[in-house]
Order: sequence, then C-alpha cells, then structure tokens
Amino acid sequence: MLDNMDMKTALGETLAEEMRKNSSLVLVGADLMGANGTWPLHGEFPDRVINVGIAEANMVGVAAGLAACGKLPVCDTFAAFMARRDYDQVFISVAYAGLNVKLIGSDPGVAAEMNGGTHMSFEDVALMRTIPTMTVVEPCDCAQLRQAVKAMLEVKGPVYLRLYRKKPHKIYEDGCRFSLGRADCLTQGRDATVIAAGMMVWNALQAAEQLNQEGIHLRVLNMHTIKPLDKAAIILAAQETGAIVTAENANYFNGLGSAVAEVIAENSLSVPFQRVGVRDQFGEVGGTSYLMERFQLTASDIAQAVKSCLKRRQIH
Amino acid sequence: MLTEERRAFLTQRARQARALTLEAIYRVGRGHIGGTMSIAELLIALYDDVMRVDPSNPSWPERDRLVVSKGHAAPIVYAVLAMKGYFDPKLLDTLNANGTTLPSHCDMRKVPGIDMTAGSLGQGLSAAVGMALANQMDHRDSYVYAIVGDGESQEGQVWEAVMLAAQRKLEHLIVFVDDNGCQVDGFTGDILNMRPFDQKYRAFGWHAIYVEDGHSFDQILDAIHQAKQTPDRPHAIILNTVKAKHVPGAENTYQSHCFSLTREQLDNSLRNL
Repeated sequence: MLDNMDMKTALGETLAEEMRKNSSLVLVGADLMGANGTWPLHGEFPDRVINVGIAEANMVGVAAGLAACGKLPVCDTFAAFMARRDYDQVFISVAYAGLNVKLIGSDPGVAAEMNGGTHMSFEDVALMRTIPTMTVVEPCDCAQLRQAVKAMLEVKGPVYLRLYRKKPHKIYEDGCRFSLGRADCLTQGRDATVIAAGMMVWNALQAAEQLNQEGIHLRVLNMHTIKPLDKAAIILAAQETGAIVTAENANYFNGLGSAVAEVIAENSLSVPFQRVGVRDQFGEVGGTSYLMERFQLTASDIAQAVKSCLKRRQIH
Repeated sequence: MLTEERRAFLTQRARQARALTLEAIYRVGRGHIGGTMSIAELLIALYDDVMRVDPSNPSWPERDRLVVSKGHAAPIVYAVLAMKGYFDPKLLDTLNANGTTLPSHCDMRKVPGIDMTAGSLGQGLSAAVGMALANQMDHRDSYVYAIVGDGESQEGQVWEAVMLAAQRKLEHLIVFVDDNGCQVDGFTGDILNMRPFDQKYRAFGWHAIYVEDGHSFDQILDAIHQAKQTPDRPHAIILNTVKAKHVPGAENTYQSHCFSLTREQLDNSLRNL
C-alpha cells in the first residue's frame, strides 16, 4: 500500500512543527526547496528560510556560518549535488569545522528517474559515510521520516539524510518508534537476513513474502541508520540466521553492503554474504520499476541473492 | 586620522606580529610566509582598533567575527591572537609541530579566537555571509569581517557568496581582498587576472573601496570607517599589498607563498621590520 502523501510533504510538515518549537532552526536551500517540500515554509518563516539561488557550494558554506552563530541549519538539494558537488564544503566548512549542520539529499539512486545519470546518486552514501563525525540516515516512508527528522535535529553534529521525496510504500504507522543507530527488525525469520535501507526496505519485504511461500523465512532489518551502523544487530542476525544479504539503492561499493561486510569480516562471522546493489555503473533515465530491474534491485533479485547464499551454506 | 603615537604603537604591534610569525615558521622549517606578511597591518588594525572582541570570552555571541578565508595565513592570525591574550604566546613554538593545536590552516576547533575553519580556498566568504545573516536575524549589531586572497578569488564559490550578500543587503559584512598580486604558480595577472576588484564588487552591488597602500594603518582604518558610514550594502575593501612584506629578497615574489627561511633570512627580516 502506498503512503497517503509524498515524503517531501511529510518533511515540510515535520520541519514546520520543529521550527515552531525551535527558533534556532533555519532552512537553507539552493532553488530546489520546492522540489523538496521546504519552500512552502517560507510563508510562515520568511526570515528563517533562506534560498541562496542555484549555488549549492554557497548553500553549505552559509549554513556553516549560521551554525557558527548558534543557528541549527538544515540544507536541502538533490542527493547528487549534496554529495558530489558539495563534498569539499561538507567536509571542511561543516564536519572538519565541527559545525552542527543537517544535510538533506533527495532523489537518491534510481529515484532520480527522468533526470537520468547526471542526477542519479549511487555514491552519496559512500562519500558521506567516510566523513568523520557524519551520521547517515535513510528513512523508508513518511512515518519513519517524521521520526528521523526529529532524531536528526537532536544530534549534535552533521547528519546526512537521504530522502525519497515522492509517495513511498507505507511500512510504519504514524508515531512509530525511531532509534538512531538501532536497526528495526521488520520480520523475525531465522533462515537468512536481508539488511536494507530506504526504498529497498519495501523490496526486501516483498522478497520475504515471495520466499515465505517457498518455506524460507527471512529476517528483514531496516538499517535506516547507515552510520553509526548497528553492529550488534548484524552480528546477531549472522549468528541466528546464518546468511546475510544487503540491499541498497546505490553503487555496491562502499555503501551499506560494504559497511555490513566490514562487520562480518572483522567479527569472523562465517556466513554466506551477498550484496544487492548497483554493480559499479552509472545511472540512466527511466521509471523507478524499469531502473530497479535494469540495475537488479528488485524483490526477485533480493530473493535470488538469498537463495544463492543458502545454496553456498549447504555446500559448506 | 591617527595620532603619531597611535600610529607608532600599531606599527610596533605589526612588527611584533611579523616577528612572532617568522620565528614560528623558522622553527618548523617551512611555511606560508608571503601571504601572512601581506596582512600584518590589517590584522593589527582589526584586533587593536576595530573589532569588538573579548579575548577572555572567545565565544561571546555579541562579538565581531573574522573569517580568514585564505586559511594558510593562520600563523600570523595565531600570532595576533596570542598577542591579544587568547592563549599563551609560548604555544606559537608548537606551530605545525606533531600533535600541535596550532595547525597550518585556521582551525576553529583547536584555536581559541578563530571564528571559522578554512583551508580549501573559496569557502570562507560563504560562512561569513551565513554569520552576517545570523546577526541580521537576531538583530545583533556585530560586524563580520572576512579576508579573501586575490588568487583565492578565482574560486567560483566566492562570487556565489558575493551575490547573496548583496541580495541580502548585509551592511555589517566587510570583506578585505588581500590583493598582493601573487599566487602559487605565478603573478595573478599572468595566471588569471582578477583586477580590478573594486569594479567587480561594485558590479555585484557592493560598496567597494580601493586602498592604495594596504600596509598603511591610516588608509585601512579610514576605509573601514567609510564602509561603516555606507548603509544597505556589503563592503569590499581592496588592499593593495606586498606579498612577503618586509622579508628581504622575498617581497613581491610569488615564490614566497611557502618556503623555508634560512637563519640569515630570518635575522635579516627581523632587522628589517
């Protein structure tokens, strides 16, 4: 079932609520505030919603200056621009400077759809997670986004929130619990675990249904916080289910799959492991379902990866 | 107009800032000499005569702030902060040493009194604009000052910030362009000429002042005074400066950007100050 609103609308509503409570909260955007649902807040908060024009580098720098003066700035643009174009500004003016700036990157991965390869960020998570002090969050639906935004604002330090801005599949109920850095266990299976984030959580749940019919019971972990990673949940999943598949709407280098692999390797967890993700390719134009198939991110691809892991486990 | 006595005092202070900087750089073996020496008078004018700061309370919200966007000028900024009492001048001995809290580029996390971290050129003015916006929002009368290099101004982000400052009429933002005419690979005029800065800033909607002698306290302070009398626009003060000023043999050379001082050069410079 689809959610009843776009995630950008939920974002705007949540930020408006928080801005009413916290006079330090300011929004800084670069001419994509309409696309991201933050520009409507300009009406209620004309002095606290700053549109810098098409100048993403300046957006992040201005936010850093605001933060240095005690403001709590939230920047938004497309994920591709926040990570690629603003990497140096995010690294130096925000993180290295120790400033409390929140960064929202929308249209992650295949969600960029018709904007195509130039706008398709398969690398933003990888880039952001290698910045010391950075928290990386990717909520999967409106209810979780609302909680994630509130949690993000509580963090004392930079946070990158990866935002799907359209209508998502509904997974959580309003007011759901959200614990930053703690994965949510959505299904309790013990045959294998799929660890997913963002749009891929729905695909993982679909894969769990498919496999259920074949008698394979999946554990689905929503790893909404990619950094800091919930290592304990990964270790427990490996021990209890004996096989791990990761699912990310991103290049399978250096993102969620790699982060999970690090935990598996460093804890000597001897389990079959496979990543579902974009296999080191550029994006291209297309609708979401076409692109999910094109880059092998579908529920069937996840189910296939699970079966492949189970086969490897039988052999050993 | 400064009194004779005040001018002599400030001149002596600039001498001291240069000496502390050169000694610290000599100690570590190598450093950014050219671009530190070109802003000695500006820093002394700001900290001794202009800025509303309290060295015993570096995070005072009502203070004036300085963003040194050409972050490699840190050694002389540190020297001036130490002279003002932000920290013990003995700490200058540790400049760029292993484990130091005084790194080569301005670092707000490590150094009391540094208002913004800088290092990758072109970023500081954006932060200064953000600070001026925060002051505007909070109805604070504090000023935000920024120092941007002439070569640094080749970075596109500088002009993104310039446009926003004009759009937002940030009249309490004063930017100094250290127009020493040199960048790492050559003379700025030969690599990518940026002059005339004053006309560029005016075209972007700023109030701009060209200062013929960027090492003259009278001229620097007069320009700041003029800026503060001019409402509704941000201000650019273009300082015609000499790279490696008062370092014999290095003045006005682009090779002076970062080099090793010999003992003889240090002694000559200290005598020459």
